[in-house]
Amino acid sequence: MPEKLGRLTGWGRTAPTTARILERADRAELADVVRAADGRGVIPRGLGRSYGDASQNAGGLVLDMTAFDQIHHVDTETGIVTVDAGVSLDKLMRQMLPHGLWIPVLPGTRQVTIGGAIAADIHGKNHHVEGSFCNHVLAIELLTADGEIRTVTPDGPGSELFWATAGGMGLTGVVLRATVQLKSVESAYFLVDTERTRDLDDLMSRLMDNDDQYTYSVAWFDAASTGAKMGRAVLTRGWSAKLDDLPAKLRNDPLKFNAPQLATVPPVFPSGLLNKLTVSAFNEVWYRKAPKERRGEVQNITQFFHPLDIVGEWNRVYGPRGFLQYQYAVPYGAEDTVRKSMEIISSGGAVSFLNVLKRFGAANGGPLSFPMPGWTLAVDIPITDDLGPLLDKLDQLVLEAGGRLYLAKDSRLTADAFRSMYPRLAEWQKVRDAVDPRGVFNSDLSRRLML
Amino acid sequence: MIDAVGNPQSLLLLGGTSEIGLAIVDRFAGQRPLRVVLAARPSERLDEAAERLRAKGCTVSTLAFDARRPETHEEVVGKAFSDGDIDVTVVAFGVLGEAERAWQDVEHARELAEVNFVAPVTVGVALANRLRQQGHGAVVALSSVAGERVRRSNFVYGSTKAGIDGFYLGLGEALKPHGVQVTVVRPGFVHTKMTKGMKAAPLAAQPEQVAEIAVTAVRRRQDLVWAPGAWRFVMSVLRHIPRAIFRKLPI
Ligand SMILES: Cc1cc2nc3c(=O)[nH]c(=O)nc-3n(C[C@H](O)[C@H](O)[C@H](O)COP(=O)(O)OP(=O)(O)OC[C@H]3O[C@@H](n4cnc5c(N)ncnc54)[C@H](O)[C@@H]3O)c2cc1C
Ligand SMILES: NC(=O)c1ccc[n+]([C@@H]2O[C@H](COP(=O)([O-])OP(=O)(O)OC[C@H]3O[C@@H](n4cnc5c(N)ncnc54)[C@H](OP(=O)(O)O)[C@@H]3O)[C@@H](O)[C@H]2O)c1
Repeated sequence: MPEKLGRLTGWGRTAPTTARILERADRAELADVVRAADGRGVIPRGLGRSYGDASQNAGGLVLDMTAFDQIHHVDTETGIVTVDAGVSLDKLMRQMLPHGLWIPVLPGTRQVTIGGAIAADIHGKNHHVEGSFCNHVLAIELLTADGEIRTVTPDGPGSELFWATAGGMGLTGVVLRATVQLKSVESAYFLVDTERTRDLDDLMSRLMDNDDQYTYSVAWFDAASTGAKMGRAVLTRGWSAKLDDLPAKLRNDPLKFNAPQLATVPPVFPSGLLNKLTVSAFNEVWYRKAPKERRGEVQNITQFFHPLDIVGEWNRVYGPRGFLQYQYAVPYGAEDTVRKSMEIISSGGAVSFLNVLKRFGAANGGPLSFPMPGWTLAVDIPITDDLGPLLDKLDQLVLEAGGRLYLAKDSRLTADAFRSMYPRLAEWQKVRDAVDPRGVFNSDLSRRLML
Repeated sequence: MIDAVGNPQSLLLLGGTSEIGLAIVDRFAGQRPLRVVLAARPSERLDEAAERLRAKGCTVSTLAFDARRPETHEEVVGKAFSDGDIDVTVVAFGVLGEAERAWQDVEHARELAEVNFVAPVTVGVALANRLRQQGHGAVVALSSVAGERVRRSNFVYGSTKAGIDGFYLGLGEALKPHGVQVTVVRPGFVHTKMTKGMKAAPLAAQPEQVAEIAVTAVRRRQDLVWAPGAWRFVMSVLRHIPRAIFRKLPI
């Protein structure tokens, strides 16, 4: 089995550590290495799109799951597919679109694996009405610490292990395959309403007003403006377009995979290019270029879902020290926390151009699953010397509001803060201890959070 | 683990009573309390340092460590890692000695050589073995500007510092592929018990200033820093002065 020593980071390119990486193995070999794991343990890795240290395992073994990339079974009638954990959402989307099937939950990038989607229980712009990824998973084949492969489902026997795996960050075992319920669509296009909001109050009241009419909803806010303009945003919401919604020229090939990518950022990007000034300018332009109000526009996949995919590997623009994403969720009623946190971010000298606010719907059964009914806010911030204390302050705010941070984005939370943010941790720990008494599954994240 | 903004969870201070070393611990603990292992010769000073850190919320243990007993160093380092990963190790023990006695008295010269050079090498190798297994970590080694260009006035000390400097710079290169970052810090004159009663040299600094520079360097994953920073430029001039002139400088 090809194994090499490699330096790994997450998408934020912070906190590199070195591990042995197992690049290609079959199921039996995976079971063997799990059984034979030493004290530093094992962690599976997908496409490394989590921002922090979730799929790193310093001094231990990292299983590169991307070689498990087969789509095994597709039932075009019911929309049920069985796929390997290493299949990317990008690949799955390309192959399913011709059948009129759509991935029920899409994150801000398609470059994530099924395994990563389950382990982080990812959410998309439709969370407020359709929930997170594991709400659409019917079964998981899980390789556990004893080297056995079990099939677990959301209900019935084994459901505890299913839900501990949903959002369990790879710490309950290796997802080998999953059965997922896809959605049927008439086209690969979206019917989109765009609105520009004056400030945070305006934004929140519009979101509270009629968000549930839309399948998809997200607001990009300007994180550089303070004062009266704080929280001004571009709100885009929409539905999957029906055939009748499309203009004639798109109607010929409505299910075409239409997701252009234009450029890749060069590997050496001067880190000074991103500063308060350029980011303010970017925020201004992004806000201005949006129409004040536009209804029923037809948009393609890239325009609507992945505007950042226009530029591949854009994480390099943040320079050698890397960056992080700060994403929290707080319950309804904590609107003040959203406001205060925005103030701290906008005035704290932090520069961010990926700033998102959205409403979450109901949570699911995963004790470590991130989404909870309320508000979620996410900002990308490059690492600077003063960032640590600023974010510690934000953690405190989030905690006091009964909120939490998202592990797929986190790279700096303390074990104590984490424990207070996830009140169902003990429940999860119990399932995990039972299924992995030796503590085989370990990552830099689990060591940092003392899981 | 050291997190994305450079906060460690655990720290080993070799030379657990060093004022500069303790200032570095304080600096890290000021942002987030952490688990600290103080390795030093048992003394009241050591116990006091441990108490003070506990009062700040740190979890502290102490470990007997004598730099002059290199045969014990592997074991000492092993014990330091027995409670889990060590994220940051600070190599801070050292003796200044008496410059004129040091080049004329074999025993005194040997003390400087053993404490300032032999021990950093033996603990360094033992440390490297651990850190390679661990796959991550940071090491801070306290060198000195005195080792960058060795002067007549304290050449025994200076030469031992030249040694530790070269060793840890090299160790840093060797450990890079293993996920370990080594930072060499070259302070100038620092007001600590080591320099007590001596006339302060130009650019004299407090231990807190050196600590701030060292901690920032760890967070930025830098290989080499001077403290204060101006020493970098001073030394780059001094390094290039011809011997004939250097010899006559009043330094
Ligand atoms: C630009 C961008 C936008 C994003 N937008 C969103 C968003 O809108 N919503 C959202 O929810 N997330 C979002 N994310 C985060 C991303 O969806 C998650 O981090 C996801 O887990 C990444 O999947 P991956 O395959 O890259 O997994 P990795 O990052 O490699 O691993 C993530 C976790 O999954 C575990 N894992 C991976 N494979 C397996 C497996 N086979 N079995 C068990 N565990 C496994 C790993 O151990 C690790 O804990 C975004 C990320 C980026 C870079
Ligand atoms: N102060 C300066 O001007 C200056 C300048 C440049 C570089 N440095 C370097 O910075 C480092 C820290 O110095 P400092 O200023 O913090 O001085 P310090 O407070 O005197 O610290 C040095 C420590 O080394 C320890 N030590 C000496 N011999 C030892 C031995 N045999 N075994 C174990 N420990 C021993 C001492 O511990 P005990 O308590 O057991 O005595 C002492 O606490 C040293 O390497 C020094 O060379 C200092």
